[in-house]
Amino acid sequence: MIATESLSKRFPRVTALDRLSVDVGPGVTGLVGANGAGKSTLIKILLGLSPATEGTAQVLGLDVATRGAEIRERVGYMPEHDCLPPDVSATEFVVHMARMSGLPPTAARERTADTLRHVGLYEERYRPIGGYSTGMKQRVKLAQALVHDPQLVLLDEPTNGLDPVGRDEMLGLIRRVHTDFGISVLVTSHLLGELERTCDHVVVIDGGTLLRSSSTSDFTQTMATLAVEVTDSDEHPDGTLALRQELQERGVTLHARVEDGLPGAGHVLLVEAAGEETYDVVRDTVADLGLGLVRMEQRRHHIAEVFRTDQQADQQADQQDGQHAHEQAALQAAQRGGGRDGS
Amino acid sequence: MTAADTGRPDVAQTRIHNIGYRSYDGPRLGRAYARRSLYSQSLRGAYGLGRSAKSKVLPMILFAVMCVPAAIIVAVAVQTKMSELPLDYTRYAITTQAIIGLYIASQAPQSVSRDLRFRTVPLYFSRPIERGDYVTAKYAAMASALFVLTAAPLVVLYLGSLLAKMDFADQTAGFGQGLVSVALLSLLFAGLGLVMAALTPRRGFGVAAVIAVLTISYGAVSTVQAIADVQGSTDAVPWLGLFSPITLIDGVQTAFLGAESAFPGGQGPGTGTGAIYLLVVLALIVGSYAALMRRYRKVGL
Repeated sequence: MIATESLSKRFPRVTALDRLSVDVGPGVTGLVGANGAGKSTLIKILLGLSPATEGTAQVLGLDVATRGAEIRERVGYMPEHDCLPPDVSATEFVVHMARMSGLPPTAARERTADTLRHVGLYEERYRPIGGYSTGMKQRVKLAQALVHDPQLVLLDEPTNGLDPVGRDEMLGLIRRVHTDFGISVLVTSHLLGELERTCDHVVVIDGGTLLRSSSTSDFTQTMATLAVEVTDSDEHPDGTLALRQELQERGVTLHARVEDGLPGAGHVLLVEAAGEETYDVVRDTVADLGLGLVRMEQRRHHIAEVFRTDQQADQQADQQDGQHAHEQAALQAAQRGGGRDGS
Repeated sequence: MTAADTGRPDVAQTRIHNIGYRSYDGPRLGRAYARRSLYSQSLRGAYGLGRSAKSKVLPMILFAVMCVPAAIIVAVAVQTKMSELPLDYTRYAITTQAIIGLYIASQAPQSVSRDLRFRTVPLYFSRPIERGDYVTAKYAAMASALFVLTAAPLVVLYLGSLLAKMDFADQTAGFGQGLVSVALLSLLFAGLGLVMAALTPRRGFGVAAVIAVLTISYGAVSTVQAIADVQGSTDAVPWLGLFSPITLIDGVQTAFLGAESAFPGGQGPGTGTGAIYLLVVLALIVGSYAALMRRYRKVGL
């Protein structure tokens, strides 16, 4: 589908892409990188809109430097930013975009009705886009990329700005674009985690260079991780720390890193589950220490762990310590307040 | 039983199928078609067609205001059995320049600023069309919309003149000259208006900028021309006309299209000066196109 050969793009001040060579086959491919890693630059070059400084790229077997118009006729593009005029309805907008892709008027209307239904827009498609939620707008953006039945769609950060439910729905939809519609997908994201469920293949770029390119199954191991959270007691003011020490004495492997992103994350211990017996060991240890077990649940490995450098992990740990301290202060204040009420 | 079953086989077979995704194997009409589609969408949009009811109000009112005086003139001419129209075809656009200015000020920003503001431009460029196609389509659509606005009253006048049984050859020649004049005016005003509007994604700024350029330049030029005329330096009057769009058109049609100049003292340019007028007009049209091309190189994707 896409093949680049030592592709470079240099601007006067920065190098956006540095001798990037990737090969993307059919299916759903994730393009992952931090902001500024060169994802959008790569998409621009692939659409034939921006000439590469050196190297070559082919999309659907067509050279981007010379056959841009042909590529753009067969490729759909969903930009990262807002791109919808608020005063027209989704139907009118998508019909117009279909005609801009070269579809005759009747076909444009038929395809628009079909595509909007497939992305999950029904009666609301006749209302002006200005009144849509972010999730609906993202669907319209996806619809305009699919309306001309391309062979490949380039989706730039399609889950940006969506809530968790909207994110899941969008990812499910992207998966369907390939499985049901037979259209190959290149989807960019700066979050590795959300791509592991959706993509067959993940390409990671950083600073314009290729970091890794392999299939999703290679990234995540089958080994399970247990997340354990316990209460504190008078005997053990920091229950998490006590449990951590006790578990290590009993020979259970703990992950150095802590859970991130969720409230109370500092309290969660990540334990490597070697087998069934690990569950028992954890349960017994908690009971012996006289702590309350808040939860013990299985976690999947995230691709993010594969790429996390020690430095990044440290930084995040520092941040969380900061948050943790803040939360504790708030908690103590609340407890003091509660005490006064009681007396 | 069996007879009933076999008698209505289609009932059992009628089901609603989820046909799923259908791929498209039909024709893809390519760049030229996409450019035409953008042109027609922009032209319709310039009169609010295919847009909300609210956005139809202003262009339609202006269109009506533009045509009503022509209708009144025709009515009077027919009633009083005049042998000639009281207003030349070429003079009509000069007289109604405020309405034309208002129209271009309201519609040029809606044509280009909207795409910039809502960042729809990158979507266009992710399609087969290229920068030149986009600029050409938008420019042509705006010029056509202005031509419709300025030529419609001329058509009313012409039909009226035929109805009043005025001299056919005379009227047709005047009508033709008028059409050439408003075509040139449409191209010039559309170019200037679009360049102004394309500079800002804010519609309000675009409207203000277009009105400012058209009215301030006309106000300044006509004032200075009047002063020059009063002070006796009549030679300077035609040269001053080079500095505002509407006096440029006035100059060109005075020199080449048999119009009477609206300049103070009727001091229109002769053929020699008129050639310079025509050159400036053409340079402005080409310049506007080039400026738009330059502008859209930056806002690509």
